[in-house]
Amino acid sequence: MANPNITELEKKALELRKLALKIIYQAGSGHPGGSFSATDLMTALYFGGIMNYDASNPKDPKRDRFLLSKGHASGIYYSVLAKAGYISESDLDSYRKINSERFLSGHGHPKTPGIEIASGSLGQGLSVAHGIALGTKLDGNDSKVYVILGDGELHEGQIWEAAMSADQFKTNNLIAIVDYNKVCQDNITKDLKDLEPLEDKWKAFNWDVHRIDGHNMEAIMNVLQLPLHPEKPRVIIADTIKGKGVSFMEGQTAWHGVAPSAEDYEKALKELV
Amino acid sequence: MKDAATRDAYGQALVELGADDPRIVVLDAGVSDSSRSKKFGDKYPDRFFNMGIAEADMVCTAAGLATTGKIPFATGFACFLLGRTMDQILVSVAYSNTNVKLVGTHTGLAVGEDGPSAQMIVDMAYMRAMPNMIVVQPADWEETVQATRALIDYEGPAYFRLGRPKVKGIFDSSYKFEIGKGRVVKKGSDLVIFATGIMVQESLVAMEKLAKENINVTLVNISTIKPIDREIITELATSHGAVITAEDHNYIGGLGDAVGEVLLDQQISVPFKRVAVNDQFAETGTGPELFEKYGLSANHIAQAVKNTLKLK
Ligand SMILES: Cc1ncc(C[n+]2csc(CCOP(=O)(O)OP(=O)(O)O)c2C)c(N)n1
Repeated sequence: MANPNITELEKKALELRKLALKIIYQAGSGHPGGSFSATDLMTALYFGGIMNYDASNPKDPKRDRFLLSKGHASGIYYSVLAKAGYISESDLDSYRKINSERFLSGHGHPKTPGIEIASGSLGQGLSVAHGIALGTKLDGNDSKVYVILGDGELHEGQIWEAAMSADQFKTNNLIAIVDYNKVCQDNITKDLKDLEPLEDKWKAFNWDVHRIDGHNMEAIMNVLQLPLHPEKPRVIIADTIKGKGVSFMEGQTAWHGVAPSAEDYEKALKELV
Repeated sequence: MKDAATRDAYGQALVELGADDPRIVVLDAGVSDSSRSKKFGDKYPDRFFNMGIAEADMVCTAAGLATTGKIPFATGFACFLLGRTMDQILVSVAYSNTNVKLVGTHTGLAVGEDGPSAQMIVDMAYMRAMPNMIVVQPADWEETVQATRALIDYEGPAYFRLGRPKVKGIFDSSYKFEIGKGRVVKKGSDLVIFATGIMVQESLVAMEKLAKENINVTLVNISTIKPIDREIITELATSHGAVITAEDHNYIGGLGDAVGEVLLDQQISVPFKRVAVNDQFAETGTGPELFEKYGLSANHIAQAVKNTLKLK
């Protein structure tokens, strides 16, 4: 795989943040904080040559799969799908609006091209991704299945059920990425329910554990280009910042689930350059 | 005709149907010996995923498998398969419209001695309320085998309600199961019973008793509880002028309500009684003992028929 230009990817990520903020602003609701923490990771997956996909053939059985288990970050998800060609940028105007032709609901649904499964209830995506990984293996495809999880989402017990299952079945084509932005909805994660020692937890479940700075494009690309582990499922714990890119949003629970005012929108755009 | 539990018929059907359909995959939640899905697992280990005692994970894993074109049968004790996973079923199966077959065994008071935490009496209510979901409960071996095949051909989420105890063979191979269709089992004239699952056999016993008193009723097997067969209900309720429903389930949200809704919608005003669990938790005891004490036995059905006829 040719190593894509890191600066190009960083530029792409900036564009995507602007687009996500725009559609959240236009919709008047949405989740900017968790969209921005996941932006660099999703940029690398879709535009860094990591995932094998063809937007004109979204059901290709040999495609790699992506799931956004923390489905509330749909602002960035639809922006990525638009830039990748699954939907058009004008479709984005219907984000969170009634009669949305591409069904751009607050949380994703497979009626939208490029989306594999509905989301909105945290904790389900790792199991679904595991099922997909098992299915593609049965078909003899070498598809990889990527799933982004929120850190607060790891409070859900089902995540750990799935972690045990993927170990048991040695599902090594399953790659989970924890968007570890340290913030949930009403509190910071550590004060709500601390996840630490997080690497040890995944290691104890027998996963192939990696930890990176989730805003360092080079580090993201490097870890995503690693060959699969021969038998273990992989988890990438990405240290991120909620609201990354807009100073007054960074690390703030307050920016979990609100759209910016006109004034804040203008202020934010000035920083996204 | 074969006397056997519907779960046994299901296990056998999976083995046969799985032979030449690689799309069929089976999941279980650590009860595959009791649910009989183990039979499939022993034969086709590559397509069998025992997820351990983790029903939520199983349901969503099944949904994932379905997105790759597989036809997953996610099997388990109904009380946990559904009780633990309403949200998983709602989002990853019903709303996502994934082709997952949820197979709940050990339903109703018929489960017996394990007690109310194991006697699933609210599952039809759960599943009927969900958009995109259909609900099928076969009455005997033959119907279970045919319904398993039909569920493979049907694309979309389904709940398949099976039982633990042996039930009488009612249908032979001339029977034709069809999703959404009720079938007349026995013709009479005084009243019509719409029964489902084990209550078809129970109704037949009641009808023998009633025949001795010259009361002749029609029995209809309703094996698809959703979508309910509106035509047969409308037609026979009107022609008989009195209706009983019979189900091993709470009286709220199951067959009785489904039939009652049709009567209301069609403005059919006839005497109507539901033989079902009376909105209470039962206790331990054998299935037949519980049926007698909690109002589901043939005696209760016969009595309900007589009481309803008085209102005619
Ligand atoms: C099962 C479930 N419970 C609660 C919610 C409401 N909710 C939406 S986002 C969120 C916080 C999620 O935090 P995290 O997983 O860390 O996501 P991020 O910070 O990346 O946005 C909550 C509680 C939900 N969507 N699903």
